[in-house]
Amino acid sequence: MAIFRTKTQWLLLLLLLVFVFTMPLYSSDKTITTVTIIGITIISVLGLNILTGYCGQISMGHAGFMAVGGYTAAVLMAKLHLPFLVSVPAAGLGAGIVGIIFGLPSLKIKGFYLIMSTIAAQFIVIWLIIQMRGVTGGADGMSVPRPEIFGLAITSKASYFILVMILTCLATYLAKNIVRTRVGRAFIAIRDNDLAAEVMGVNLLYYKLTAFFIGCVYAGVAGSLMVNYIHFANTEQFPFINSVWYLGMLIVGGMGSTVGVIFGVVAIKLLEQLATTIGPVLANIFVPQVAASLALILDGLVIILFLIFEPRGLAHRWEMIKAYYRRWPFSQ
Amino acid sequence: MTFFLQLVVSGVGLGMIYALIALGFVIILKCSKAFNIAQGQFVMLGGYLGFTFLLNFHLPAWISLLAAIAIGVVLGLAIERLALRPLVGQSVLSVIMMTIALSTVLEGVGVLIWGGIYEPYKGGLPTFSLPPVGGVSISPETLDGIILSAIVVIALMGIFRYTKIGLAMRATAEDEKVVQSVGIKVTTVYAISWVIACVVGVVSGMLLYSISGVQQTMSDIGLKAFAVVLLGGVDSIGGAIIAGIILGILENVAPGYLDPLLPSGGGLANVFPFIVMIVVLIFKPHGLFGTARIERI
Repeated sequence: MAIFRTKTQWLLLLLLLVFVFTMPLYSSDKTITTVTIIGITIISVLGLNILTGYCGQISMGHAGFMAVGGYTAAVLMAKLHLPFLVSVPAAGLGAGIVGIIFGLPSLKIKGFYLIMSTIAAQFIVIWLIIQMRGVTGGADGMSVPRPEIFGLAITSKASYFILVMILTCLATYLAKNIVRTRVGRAFIAIRDNDLAAEVMGVNLLYYKLTAFFIGCVYAGVAGSLMVNYIHFANTEQFPFINSVWYLGMLIVGGMGSTVGVIFGVVAIKLLEQLATTIGPVLANIFVPQVAASLALILDGLVIILFLIFEPRGLAHRWEMIKAYYRRWPFSQ
Repeated sequence: MTFFLQLVVSGVGLGMIYALIALGFVIILKCSKAFNIAQGQFVMLGGYLGFTFLLNFHLPAWISLLAAIAIGVVLGLAIERLALRPLVGQSVLSVIMMTIALSTVLEGVGVLIWGGIYEPYKGGLPTFSLPPVGGVSISPETLDGIILSAIVVIALMGIFRYTKIGLAMRATAEDEKVVQSVGIKVTTVYAISWVIACVVGVVSGMLLYSISGVQQTMSDIGLKAFAVVLLGGVDSIGGAIIAGIILGILENVAPGYLDPLLPSGGGLANVFPFIVMIVVLIFKPHGLFGTARIERI
């Protein structure tokens, strides 16, 4: 079954792509920056969605895996002078391998225990990066040269934006297709009941580690794009709270849905933008701390409200709207 | 040898507080099967409350403690009623995500009220000092921590063993459907378990404030307490206490000897609990005293 089945869907896709790729022509620098960050985050959360939404292995160390990818790319580009197009896949591979190592406990444990082991992964990875001062620059971070593709230097914000958007589309396309394959169906079987899946002949060892690998490859690529975007690698780009937000984005968007990832990331990121815009205004009226705390409180409250009133996320609401449109005028 | 003993003594002091934080977590888990990620934020709020009452309001120690406990009770009731009650019967993941979201909201509240800056401890709690024994000195704050944690732990044990509500809580931990069928309100038990966890968290926050001052990152201690919980076995109260002391000692002793050997100044104390966590999860997922569950399809 094809992903796009009707001419309307193809037309809508085309309109979306035209809208996204012409954005640099009419948008301000600030908007481009925001959308670039959204694109990078979408790549990362797509990986988390495969790992958590489809395979049911909850990870709260996703920012740590992004850090592995980010630093792999940074070291390859700055120390070994490898080109951008080699470093980014290598970053994905590096993060994937680290993901497999920290995914090993998932064979014995699940749920809360797995969350704990991935939290531990986050802190151990960041600590190791700081300890390996000779390679990574420790807590000071390291600078990364500007990316270059086939001799074409990516210097402006707009050109990097186009690059990120191409990769985001590619990542979305791949994520959408991975879950339609044999591997994807095995993931869903494991999520729904791993014992039953094993009895039916799904090799848990192989598929759980594959899920960790794929999820962390996405994280690694996103991390390397993040590092390349600001030409600097620092452990503070990958804090623990980001791992929490990525799970929150999945909740708001809807677990186990590729379009939900996009909804969730855009919703939470726009909320953050809202908080940074109205925060200073409120800080002038009330107390100065409002600016710093608004994003935390607002995002947390949104996740709480979604958990209570719309546990299946925006993707479910989107399906309802589509069903309403399809059945009109007989919809209820 | 003196160096080692000194590390052990301060480790026990820290370990008792870890045990206290872990206890709050275990009580909620036993009664309502909810994994409370926000326990560290209760501790952080407790630290700031201690700062406000002791330093800003100049209240005597016992009134500050009672006031903080009262706020803990209100907070526990509010969280249970508003956030957790609607999720009864939902999946484990939803409940965990709810406590994660709660933790960010509480973190935001901490920044909103206190600005998240570092506030040093300037006295306020009553102090007893012991003369140094064989070169090993014990600071009055550490002694405070040990005494108060011991009191709280013994009081909780007493409540569990000898009161009616304690019996109801133990019964709920076994089987909530049976408990409901004999006429005990399970929602009340849930509410009380959250209140106890909040109060215990706030009290341990005040104790930690007296040892190391308070700042926003104090809530990370909750993550470390998870290592205690896992080591002791998630559903064992005695295990949490023993594991707390073990981890408190290890966290002080291991970095004391290993940090000088590491580049970048070490900082092993911050990551040590997480290494313990991974090792426990790989080799003994049910901890030292937890019950292993057999799963059936």
